[in-house]
Amino acid sequence: MAEVTMVRALNEALRRSLAEDPRTLVLGEDVGRLGGVFRVTDGLQEEFGPERVFDTPLAESAIAGVSLGLALAGWRPVAEMQFDAFSYPALDQVISHLAKYRFRSRGHQPVPVVIRIPFAGGIGAAEHHSESPEAYYAHTAGLKVVVPSTPVDAYHLLRQSIADPDPVIFLEPKSRYWSKEEGDLDGQGLPIGRARVLRPGTDCTLVAYGAMVARALQAAEAAAARDLDLEVLDLRSLVPLDLETLAESVRRTGRAVVVHEAPLTAGFGAEVVARVVEDCFEYLEAPVLRVTGWDIPYPPATLERYHLPSVARILDAVERVTSW
Amino acid sequence: MATLARPERTEDRGPFRILSPEGQPSEEALAELELSEDQLRELYRLMALTRRMDLEATALQRQGELAVYPPLIGQEAAQVGSAYALESSDWVFPSYRELGAALVRGVDLVEYLHFYRGTWHGGTYDANAHRFGYVAAPVASQVLHAVGFALGARLDRLPLCVLVYFGDGATSEGDFHEGCNFAAVFGAPVVFFCQSNQWAISVPLERQTAVPIWRKAEAYGFPGVQVDGNDVLGVYAVTREAARRAREDRTPTLVEAVTYRLGPHSTADDATRYRSEQEVERWRARDPLDRYRRWLAEAGLADEAFFQGVEEEARAFAGRVRAGVVASPPQPVEELFRWVYADLPEHLRRQRDQAVRFAGEGDHGG
Repeated sequence: MAEVTMVRALNEALRRSLAEDPRTLVLGEDVGRLGGVFRVTDGLQEEFGPERVFDTPLAESAIAGVSLGLALAGWRPVAEMQFDAFSYPALDQVISHLAKYRFRSRGHQPVPVVIRIPFAGGIGAAEHHSESPEAYYAHTAGLKVVVPSTPVDAYHLLRQSIADPDPVIFLEPKSRYWSKEEGDLDGQGLPIGRARVLRPGTDCTLVAYGAMVARALQAAEAAAARDLDLEVLDLRSLVPLDLETLAESVRRTGRAVVVHEAPLTAGFGAEVVARVVEDCFEYLEAPVLRVTGWDIPYPPATLERYHLPSVARILDAVERVTSW
Repeated sequence: MATLARPERTEDRGPFRILSPEGQPSEEALAELELSEDQLRELYRLMALTRRMDLEATALQRQGELAVYPPLIGQEAAQVGSAYALESSDWVFPSYRELGAALVRGVDLVEYLHFYRGTWHGGTYDANAHRFGYVAAPVASQVLHAVGFALGARLDRLPLCVLVYFGDGATSEGDFHEGCNFAAVFGAPVVFFCQSNQWAISVPLERQTAVPIWRKAEAYGFPGVQVDGNDVLGVYAVTREAARRAREDRTPTLVEAVTYRLGPHSTADDATRYRSEQEVERWRARDPLDRYRRWLAEAGLADEAFFQGVEEEARAFAGRVRAGVVASPPQPVEELFRWVYADLPEHLRRQRDQAVRFAGEGDHGG
């Protein structure tokens, strides 16, 4: 088994989807000749031609709205928004139409569109290039929202997203783009809607997604040195959320800390905490805490390390819930 | 007809028309129409059915049978003329005031009016059956769907075009611009059909745009045509040519149909707050049905018996639609959960069970 980066795994997922289903299209800004600013679409236009892999004018609302129209005409578009904050001009199309078309049409016009968005921080980028908009999307009924944390899972999640009959917001953690993993790209992978336990433990469940999964694993390693056995749960799919696996884990450990990069208030962690309280109240040994970005606009590059959840902040929260 | 593609683009010669406001025909343009006498009468019939049904829908709203309704009275020629110029294989993406176009396409108007009754957001018809999309309330947002559909059809080498309806206010929206530009760059077969009805709720045309709408096409690199939107024959001719250009030349066209919304923006609007009765009267004198009827009669194409027959048919038709609307109950509560995703996820299953239980136990809100 060869090692792949997340960029390579995503590229391979797109390539195989394009090869297997002639209705699959890839579109976005600079996805053609350049291969995307992160090279996720590298070589695809050359291989599949400019009708199936094409650059669009610089117009995000059009990328989303045209993708919807393409889906109505029977195509399966995989659209790229170049960066997280540049997906905001498309929010009207995504919220008012993409999320609602199946509902509005009573199933007559499903819109299987995947919108890929490189998201979140940790890469020392300029303003508008490090945001975590997952809560906006997760709050919109009709969308599925998935976030891979490792290369092999990114491959499987993207394949499943493209095959999915509903619109999927596919959030790619930029800071993990160049992470490597050995694994099998030919296997099945977990379906959308399922979380996975990446590290079993008994004392507390760390719930994370995207780049914060690696951070949670780091924290679990550090905690082990203090004789704390932490479980790390990778959500993968925010919508639908795997309520069973989440509840099963927290019922076993009796404690939970949720970690994400997005700001605290009304962040997705609030949803996770509410679900845990609802489904596991009598099993809880301590309050459920959140370790998140602060409630501030995303900071400039030289200060982002004070914003992103650190191992120390995660351990501090773990300390509080385990010593309750 | 060949003249339409060229001179209007750079010179303002006033709107193209075949029948003058007084009902005088341009014989040369008439000869190029290639419509049979039956078809000429059919155009009147469709406008008359639209007028009658539109009034009926307003009445249904006043009687509490529809939640809201946006009257189209005054725009019958713009809608019927354009929709009639399309092939059944073409697609139509409406905004929210296109009952007339829906009627021409053959959409069941009871199912269409379910949007305004609040039965279901898309009405209850299948858009694929008559290639007529769903009501889109966010202004200009549907332009992009039309462009995407047209691009998809082009990729499939299908010989069809997509006509998208929007109003003068929509041309101020970013989605209109993005859609026109996108279609031009990709050669998507789209007819951008603007019903310029002079008012975007209370804001007049001159507060939307500093140039005539049709001239905006020049910036995108495709033809723009201004047509008298109250001349059903002129609208038909211009749209037919634009549709041909889209299908055969893969060139979009921006059509500005100059018309007037004689009624309020919607049944919730009071148009007397922003425009004068004199202005409305001036446009009432240019009624699209009166103009066409006068010409049909003078040209010997239709007699009083024909108009009488159409009137009776329209009354019966509106009565049937009314009966269908009034007899329709709300959808069962579980339908709200059925169409969100292809498969019901666990969190929604839990919510559906709650909603159904409460409704079943007699909790109907409040």
